[in-house]
Amino acid sequence: MSNKLRNSSSTHASHDVMTSNLTKRKFNKIFVWLRSQGWRHIVAIAVCVFAGFPILYIFSASLNNRGTLVSSNTLFSSISSDNYYELFHMAQHPYAYWYVNTVVIGLITAAASVFIGALAAYAFSRLRFTGRRIGLLSIIVVQMFPQVLSIVAIYLLLTKLGEIYPFLGINSRIALIMVYLGGAMGVNTYLMYGFFNTIPKEIDEAAQIDGAGHARTFFTIILPLVSPILAVIGLLSFISTVSEYAVASTVLVSPEKQTLAVGMYAFVSDRFSQNWGVFSSGAVLAAIPVVVVFLFLQKYIVSGLTVGAVK
Amino acid sequence: MSKQENIQNKRKRMKKRIVSQVGNNVGANILPIVVKIVLLGMLDAMSLYGAFALLMQHKWVVLGLLLVGTGVINWIYWRSHGLAAKYLAPGIVLLLIFQLFAISYSAYIAFTNYGTGHNGTKEVAITALMQSSLVKKEDSPKYPLSVAKCGADYSFIVQDSEEQLLVGDNTQPLHHIDGTRNADGTIHSSQLQNCKVLNFSQILQDQSAIVSLSVPVSTNPNDGVLRTSDGQTASAYISTFRYDKSSDTMIDTKTHEQYRDNGTGAFVNDAGVALQPGWRVNVGFQNFIRLFTVKELQQPFLRVLLWTIEFSVLSVLTTFILGLFLAITLNDDRMKFRRLYRSILILPYAFPAFLSALVWAGMLNEKFGFINQVVFHGTEIPWLHAPTLAKIAVIVVNLWLGFPYMFLVCMGALQSIPHDLVEAATLDGASRWKIFRYITFPLLLVSVAPLLISSFAMNFNNFNLIYMLTAGGPVQTGSSMNIGSTDILISMVYKIAFVGANRDYGLASAFSIIIFLVVGLVSAISFKATKSLEELN
Repeated sequence: MSNKLRNSSSTHASHDVMTSNLTKRKFNKIFVWLRSQGWRHIVAIAVCVFAGFPILYIFSASLNNRGTLVSSNTLFSSISSDNYYELFHMAQHPYAYWYVNTVVIGLITAAASVFIGALAAYAFSRLRFTGRRIGLLSIIVVQMFPQVLSIVAIYLLLTKLGEIYPFLGINSRIALIMVYLGGAMGVNTYLMYGFFNTIPKEIDEAAQIDGAGHARTFFTIILPLVSPILAVIGLLSFISTVSEYAVASTVLVSPEKQTLAVGMYAFVSDRFSQNWGVFSSGAVLAAIPVVVVFLFLQKYIVSGLTVGAVK
Repeated sequence: MSKQENIQNKRKRMKKRIVSQVGNNVGANILPIVVKIVLLGMLDAMSLYGAFALLMQHKWVVLGLLLVGTGVINWIYWRSHGLAAKYLAPGIVLLLIFQLFAISYSAYIAFTNYGTGHNGTKEVAITALMQSSLVKKEDSPKYPLSVAKCGADYSFIVQDSEEQLLVGDNTQPLHHIDGTRNADGTIHSSQLQNCKVLNFSQILQDQSAIVSLSVPVSTNPNDGVLRTSDGQTASAYISTFRYDKSSDTMIDTKTHEQYRDNGTGAFVNDAGVALQPGWRVNVGFQNFIRLFTVKELQQPFLRVLLWTIEFSVLSVLTTFILGLFLAITLNDDRMKFRRLYRSILILPYAFPAFLSALVWAGMLNEKFGFINQVVFHGTEIPWLHAPTLAKIAVIVVNLWLGFPYMFLVCMGALQSIPHDLVEAATLDGASRWKIFRYITFPLLLVSVAPLLISSFAMNFNNFNLIYMLTAGGPVQTGSSMNIGSTDILISMVYKIAFVGANRDYGLASAFSIIIFLVVGLVSAISFKATKSLEELN
């Protein structure tokens, strides 16, 4: 009986050893996976939560029908479009105007500054002229000093300019675009210059031998080749124009001429927690187009950001 | 015969070819020229229009600059060589006006007292002072008055004791004209072509505008003005101040106190009381001296300067470290879902920044925000209202905003590092850490360093984040300046210049100049240290 017991216990023990070996091996496998791959997923997921949560939160707040700050804390507790309806029916705050203003100002600024930057980058990359190196250096220096620094001077300058050209004074959207374009050369040229340099010179030399003039070479050969970087810089310039507050708030005075950044800040800081739901819906609508385009172009953005720095 | 025919045919064909070639060339070349003519024509028309406006306003210096500028642009585009200038001109013109001129104009304003109460010239200030202290002249007769609308403005037409007609408006003092005035108030005059005399009901309609008119009697402000209370008769009003031109003093006729121009852009009496408004003058280094000596300014200024540097250094470090760590984490070809992760990770970069700051301001709200209500179960932690916590909140939110950019940049830099270097080191038995420390990191830094410097410069002026998240607060109690613990230099500039009743453009510009110096110095040193500009050619 004792034998039996011993036997069974010994078989039991050997069984134990086997299973523990198995779990050990399993454990080892998990450990190896964790060391080589798993930790990467853990880190990535943790940071994704950090990155994505505020956006998830604002989306849920925009659907909340009570529309206050405190009611937004339970995510997706109610789903309604009340805030979105309210957003377009505010007497003092013309959201639709802000939206259109922002998109129009953003698109024109982006397109024009890409064009200005491309012209300058072409000259720096392809033409040899006196003052070229100094020019490039000064552009790098100038881009260290954003326009917001001379905001007082810009305000006074536009006040004076309005006395000569009424459509370029304070409270003019064209004036705001012009001010933004003043910064275009400094910000974009160097980035584009790096990219223009990666396109072999033989291509435009060949075109010129075939009889194409400089303008034709630029518009029909170089521009299509650099279109990825143009898209990236256009998008980045659009995003920064959309977000710009300081200059826009000093230039644009009347509500129906303001941009989203100016209007929505005034709106939400007015009565913070009561206006939260409506603000959220406005934020979601404002962000969707930018985020979607950004995600679509992300491959180009990655290459565009690094090309300026990495050779 | 047939030979001749042949030759003729050949000639014809050649002619055709030449004609068609010329035609093609014309077709190809005409578009650029048309575009050029249209664009330059528009520009010249704009300049011409501006030139006339400037001519009318007697602004000769600006007029000269405008004409020279337009001339240079035309010259650049019409001459046949100088290709580079043609490509650079559009950017450079805008850069000159809205960036370089704006910078030098800031520098100029920094040496003036421009701001509330010091907006215009001395003449404007004198007129404004006198207008603000008008009292009815006790022995004033009642002049028969007609009100006329000339263009958009109202004018007074009065009759003096010799039955002569006088006309004037808010800006133009009374002057004689020919004509007669009828008993019913209508005027017959050949000199008032574009004026329309108002009847009683029209006067009633615009009563408030007419009652607020004050028409100077003469070019000497001491003579007073005419005003009306009923639109039918005008009375003389005189200021309680008298301006003495020879001694350049303003005299209060009631108290006989004298206010002198002491060179600071205002009339000041012996007790040091200044009359408002003053006017704009150059004050030399006064604004800068105030920053370092006036106690009310000096302490906040130094505190803000220190915090601005702390903020930008910490911002670059935190975003770079997290970005690099993530890039290393995701830089493994065997890893699954990499594209999905990357799409989520760059969301903060795609989300418009002003909205992000406001969303975080909501989440960090002390009473109702998500962080306190849900994460800390209702504890009211003053994230944005206690100095140190607010600073931490600003850094964390900026980390959220900024790490995706660093992540993308580091990812690109890592992938461009040659594989064989790492492989060789692995074969030599170097540990993972050693490979990173001595090979990957130095190579990465070479390409990323310039971006770190510009990121520093950008965060130095990260106005949006500060202004939207904390508005620079919390403001310390007891300080008269509206400057808080998280204010950086640029948000301070904005507040001094545009927020509140007292706008001080001079002081704000002085701050801007200091930012220029700091950013310039830091960039110069770091560019020099990284030698990143030397390979530029």
